[in-house]
Formats: sequence, structure tokens, C-alpha cells
Amino acid sequence: MKYQKISAILLRLAVYLASIITVGALLFVVGYILVQGVPHLSFKLFEWKYTTENLSLLPALLNTILMTGLSLLIAVPLGVFAAIYLVEYAKRGSKLVRVIRMNAETLAGIPSIVYGLFGMLFFVTALKLGFSMLSGALTISIMILPVILRTSEEALMSVPDSFREGSFGLGAGRLRTVFRVVLPDAIPGILAGVILGVGRAVGETAALLYTAGTSSDTVSGITDSARTLSVHMYALSQEGLYVDQTYATAVVLLIIVVGINALSAMVAKRVTRRKI
Amino acid sequence: MSKFDITNLDLFYGQLQALKNVELQIPERQITAFIGPSGCGKSTLLRSLNRMNDLVEGCVITGKVLLDGQDIYASNMDTTVLRKRVGMVFQKPNPFPMTVYDNVAYGPRTHGVRGKAKLDDIVEQSLRDAAIWDELKDRLRKDALGLSGGQQQRLCIARALAVEPEVVLMDEPTSALDPISTSRIEDLCVTLREKYTIIIVTHNMQQAARISDNTAFFLLGEIIEYGNTEKLFSIPRDKRTEDYITGRFG
Amino acid sequence: MNNKKAQTRETAAGRKNQVREGAARILFLAAACVSILAVLLITVFLLVSGVPAIAEIGVFEFIFGTVWKPGNDMFGILPMILGSLYVTAGALVLGVPIGVLTAVFLSRFASKKMVGLLKPAVQLLAGIPSVVYGFFGLVVIVPLLGGRGSMLAASIVLAIMILPTVITVSESSLNAVESSYYEGALALGATHERSVFTIILPAAKSGVTAAVILGVGRAIGEAMAVIMVAGNQPRMPQGILKGLRTLTTNIVMEMGYSADLHREALIATAVVLFVFILLINFLFSLTKRGKKA
Repeated sequence: MKYQKISAILLRLAVYLASIITVGALLFVVGYILVQGVPHLSFKLFEWKYTTENLSLLPALLNTILMTGLSLLIAVPLGVFAAIYLVEYAKRGSKLVRVIRMNAETLAGIPSIVYGLFGMLFFVTALKLGFSMLSGALTISIMILPVILRTSEEALMSVPDSFREGSFGLGAGRLRTVFRVVLPDAIPGILAGVILGVGRAVGETAALLYTAGTSSDTVSGITDSARTLSVHMYALSQEGLYVDQTYATAVVLLIIVVGINALSAMVAKRVTRRKI
Repeated sequence: MSKFDITNLDLFYGQLQALKNVELQIPERQITAFIGPSGCGKSTLLRSLNRMNDLVEGCVITGKVLLDGQDIYASNMDTTVLRKRVGMVFQKPNPFPMTVYDNVAYGPRTHGVRGKAKLDDIVEQSLRDAAIWDELKDRLRKDALGLSGGQQQRLCIARALAVEPEVVLMDEPTSALDPISTSRIEDLCVTLREKYTIIIVTHNMQQAARISDNTAFFLLGEIIEYGNTEKLFSIPRDKRTEDYITGRFG
Repeated sequence: MNNKKAQTRETAAGRKNQVREGAARILFLAAACVSILAVLLITVFLLVSGVPAIAEIGVFEFIFGTVWKPGNDMFGILPMILGSLYVTAGALVLGVPIGVLTAVFLSRFASKKMVGLLKPAVQLLAGIPSVVYGFFGLVVIVPLLGGRGSMLAASIVLAIMILPTVITVSESSLNAVESSYYEGALALGATHERSVFTIILPAAKSGVTAAVILGVGRAIGEAMAVIMVAGNQPRMPQGILKGLRTLTTNIVMEMGYSADLHREALIATAVVLFVFILLINFLFSLTKRGKKA
């Protein structure tokens, strides 16, 4: 009896300790960077043009927004259409569906540096797009495709079949049924996937170093080389001279990430509320 | 002339034969009820009449189903046109997640009706025909999912009527509803009978007796008996029909 | 007459509809095949650009060679392979117990309110970019460990980075365990703790295994965080407090200025990494299949 009691207490302690370490790690990482970085946030960092004087992060921030938008523009239609095919058109459990799923899973597991190299070999060199925003966005869009595909698939599958039956019963074709009845109901779920994709695109570095390059100006077109905020932060930290500015850049990145997380939590809440 | 003329219909789900050699003539502008224990094939036959079974994988149908003399399984039959002519109301109310108005207008819009005035007319007329206009006329812009179950089902009937079908198939339309809503839908069926051919699947024999003109009794995928409702319920010809309607099994 | 006209109009509209439906189906199918195409392209481009280099260097010399000196045309990547494996193993040793125990807490100990606080924290942990982790390691962990990049520093940073993966996947498999098992154990007089650890955790074994495998994938593929804290010396690993280089960092470090055989050898490094990842994917799908059976 005594043995049981002691082992129970020890196990409980271990579980509590582990959870405290998890939360502690998060608080430490975020807290440390905020404490060190917030005092160094200054207007200089948000000047329109980057110089080695001001180390402005604004161009990189704008590039990040453009890069993310461009990637979504490519990946979201592809991912959603693919999910529509898998859920609404293909026979359940057919061979093609299995092969597509397997490939999407493989894509999800490939490390970003491998994507980076592939992007360099294919988009930059073979397609002659050069180190450019476009090469980077194409690379990122393949990277986030599996996330969007997967969440869209789940969102479509959770739409009740009675909606589809009702629409077919009125003589609507498959296309109209999908776009007018199924898709509108699945949008919150798809949005959650898109937000996850945004998070990955914003945080990505390795896949962009050798596809989008590291030019520190705001792009004037999609064929220009451009560094995003993450790449910018890496470049600063590598130089080793600008620790304060690196902290400040990290703060901005963290704020964006926290914002994205809050947004996805909000969307997720709406999805579950509707399903009840 | 009968509206539907079904001859020698067999239906398989993969290995399983769900309907065996069905022969049936369904008269125009009358109410025909399909009754029988669950799993007897009555809903399956209903869904063969507007080819909703096409959506089921592995479903194979042989035999003929003629609608006004036209084979609905012919290769040149466009299912969207067929389903416009043969509307359907489902077991569980399934309004789309949009406004009341958009639900009713969905069908007409699908079939190319444009123009606000025209749609307004259709929506009003359909809701009136479904005897729900007075309840909903001030809530046309509200989300249809907020209606009660009985209202949702009558909305679904209005939605089916809005495409001006000739036939309305009803698959146990009251099984998910309370008694008051049920009786309103039954009354509605009787009025609709003047304009439409109605085929209703029901597990409720009293319902069949109350509203239908003709009744078909199904057992294990076969039609055991078919004929005038009053006759079938008062002097059934087949022993199995008698057992069923007197509640000895099922 | 009128009727006939209406009918021809209907069939004409029907035909137009059919064309549209067919076109849409093809469009969706094409989108679905993009995943297949992408995997194919990635495989082909890596192999075509990497395999000739392996052939030129020699398979054995490339994979088991212990010296990487591109200046002297020596391209042995064993140090990097071991580096990747050691760093990943270290991350697992530190991260898996913490992750699994946290998942146990979330699934079976925490109050609803605690879950509501902890879950967003775990999600946030997953969302923080690699560079931020790397930078944190560089300014906090590396100084604590003597001021130089080392295997331990990399393992610690990676351990934090794989936590969310391990926690989320383990938790969902713990949640899926039937409560009747747990109640059965309680009914025999076992404590809550004992029931959880002797009945529920073993029942969720395949899910936890899958979580660990996904963690391995994440750790072995991570480049940016590792490069900032691992020291990156291209030599055989010499101890947990000494610097080392991994497969991923080898590519990032040198791709920028490499040419010819050196460049191809780096792509070949990616091929080796890719093979590792395929292996991990395969293992992962095995655990998934096992769960279904």
C-alpha cells in the first residue's frame, strides 16, 4: 500500500515537472527575447529604406507579406482543388487517392533545406527564374501544399452528406453542389489550414536562402531577389555585429507568430462551435 | 397513363441484391405510399426514381424505369434535368447553411432563373404551396438552420417545389418530426396532390392509410402487394401483407 | 411543338453543363496530381544532380569517408551523418520524456482550464520560427555551455523544437484510449497514476511511437536552428561539449560559395538526407498501419 502511494506521488511529480518544463521553455524563449528586444525597437528599424546605418526591417517585413501572399496565391487553389478531387470526385479508397495521399505525406516530411536545394535546381536554374521572389514563393508553395491539402480534405469531409444529397436532389450538378453548398460550409476549416501555411511561410529560412536570395531591399517586382524577415534575422545574426537589432527583429517575428496563432485559435473556435 | 412505369427492375449493391424484379405503375397526381419493414428496399426503389442511387458506389441497376414513357436510365438522360422533374424530400430535414430565401432560390438559380422579381415570385409561391409562407415571410433573410425541425422540413418541401417538379419523392419525411409537425406535413401532401404526383416512403402504416391513394408493400426487396390503399388495408390479398399491417411482424 | 423546342433547349444547356463538369473534373484531378509531380520532380532533380557526384567520389568514400576537405577534393560525409544522428538522439533523450509526460498531463491530469492554457502554449511553441530558436540558443544556451557551439547545445534547442510535435501526436493517441480500460484498472484498486501509466500509456504505444518518429524527422531535417548553435566543424564528433556539423548545416554552410564537384557533393548530401527522411516516412506509415490492424 505504501509502495503504491509513493509511486503515485513520484509519477504525479514527473508529469507536473515535465509540463512545467514545457511551459517554462516557452516562457523563457519568448520572455527572454521580448525583454532583450523590446527596448531596441525604434523608429529607425522601420525606415522605408534599408541601410547598414539603420538596419531597417521594414523592407524585409514587406517582402515577407508579399512572399506569403504570392505563395498562398499558388498553393491555396492547388491544395483546395486537390482536396475537392479527393473528397468529392475520386472513388473512396481508390488507388490514385492512396498514391496522392502518400505523396502528400512524403512532401510534408521533406526538410526545408531539401526544398531549398530543389528550388535552386529547378526554379532558379532549370526554369531560369533566378534568385527571385517568384522562385522563393514557388518553393514555399510546394512546402505548404500538403498542409493546405490535408486540412481542406478534413474540412470537406466534415460537411454532412445530406447537404450534397439535397443539392443533387434539386438537379444541381457536381460543380454547383461543390461550390455553392459544400465549399461555403467548409471555409472555416480551410481557413485554419491556410493560417497554418502562413505561419510556415513567415518562419521559413532554409528554403529561401538559395531560392529568393538575400537582397535587403523591398522588391519592385516578383523577379527581384528578396529577403523575408526570417532570412533577414538570420543574416543579421550571422554578421554578429548587430545583436540588439537582431533581438528587435526577433520581437517583430514573434509578434507576427503570436498574431497568427491567435487568429487560428479564433477560427478553430468558430469551427467547433458551429459543429455542435 | 401512369407517370412511372417500372418493369423488371433489379438493383444490386455490390454482391447484395436490394431489389428483385420490381414491376410497378405509379399513376399521375395521386399519392402512392411504399411501406414495409426497414431494409425491405422501399427507400432504395424511391431513390432509383430520380437516380440518386447513382451516387452510391457499386450500385448496379437493370430493368426499365419509364417516366412519361421515357427511359430515365437511357444513356442520353441528363440526371440534372431528371432531378428537376422528379424532386425529392429527405428523411432528415437538410436545409443548406444559408438563408431561407437562398435555400428556396437555390434550385431555380441552378436551372438558370435570374432576376430578383422572378425569384421573389417563385420563393413566395413555393413557400405558400408548402404552407409555411405566413410563418417565414418576415424571416426570409434569416439562417435556415435556426428554424425548428418541422419548419425545416416544410422549407425543404418548398425548396423541392421551387423547381416546378412533376413528381415529388418523399423519403420518410416525418420520421424525425413531432406529431404536430407531422400532421401539418400530411395535410400539405394532400393539397399538393392536386398539382403533383407524390410518392412517399413511410414506416408509419397509419400515415400511409391516412393520406395515400395507392400502397405498395415491400418485403426483402420484392413488392408483395400493390393496389388501392383502402382495399390493401381492409382486405389484403397476401398473408404476409396482412401479418404486417396487423402488426404481427416488422 | 413548343414542348419539343423547350426540350432541345434543355439538352443544349445540358451539353454545355456536361462540358463544364468535365473540364472541372480534369482541373481538380490535375491539382491533385501536383503532389505526385512535386515528389517526382524533387526526387529526379536531386538524384540527377547528386548521384553522379557520389559515383565520381565513390559510394564508400562518400558515405564512410571521415574527412571533408573540399579544397583537397576530399568529400567524406560520415562526420555529418554521425553528427545528424547524435544531435537527433540527444534531442530525443531530452525531448521525448518531457513531451510524453506533458502529453500525459494534458490528457489525463490537467483540469479543463489548465488544458485551455497549456494547449495554446504548445501551439505557440510549434509556431516559433527556427531562426528564433537558433538565435535563442546562440545567446542563451551556448554561453551557458562554455561559449562555443556544441552537440549538447544543438540537442537542447532541437529538444525544445520537437516538443510540440511529440506532445500533440502523443496526446491525441492518449485521448483515443477507451476509458473502459482505465475504469477497469481503477476498479481493481489501482491509483489514478498507476492506471494511467500501466494501462493507458501502453495502450497508446503506437501513437507515441509515431510521435517520436515524427520528432526524429523534424530534428534530423532542421537546419537553421542547428547551424547557429552546433559549431559546424566538419570533423568526426568528439564529445557532447564539442562542436560538430550535421547533414543539413553542411549544405547551408557551403552551398553559397561552392562550385563543380563540391556543389554536387553538397547536393549528394541532400540525397542522403532525403533517403533518411524517406526511411522515417516509411517507418511512420508502418506504425500507422499497425494501429489499424
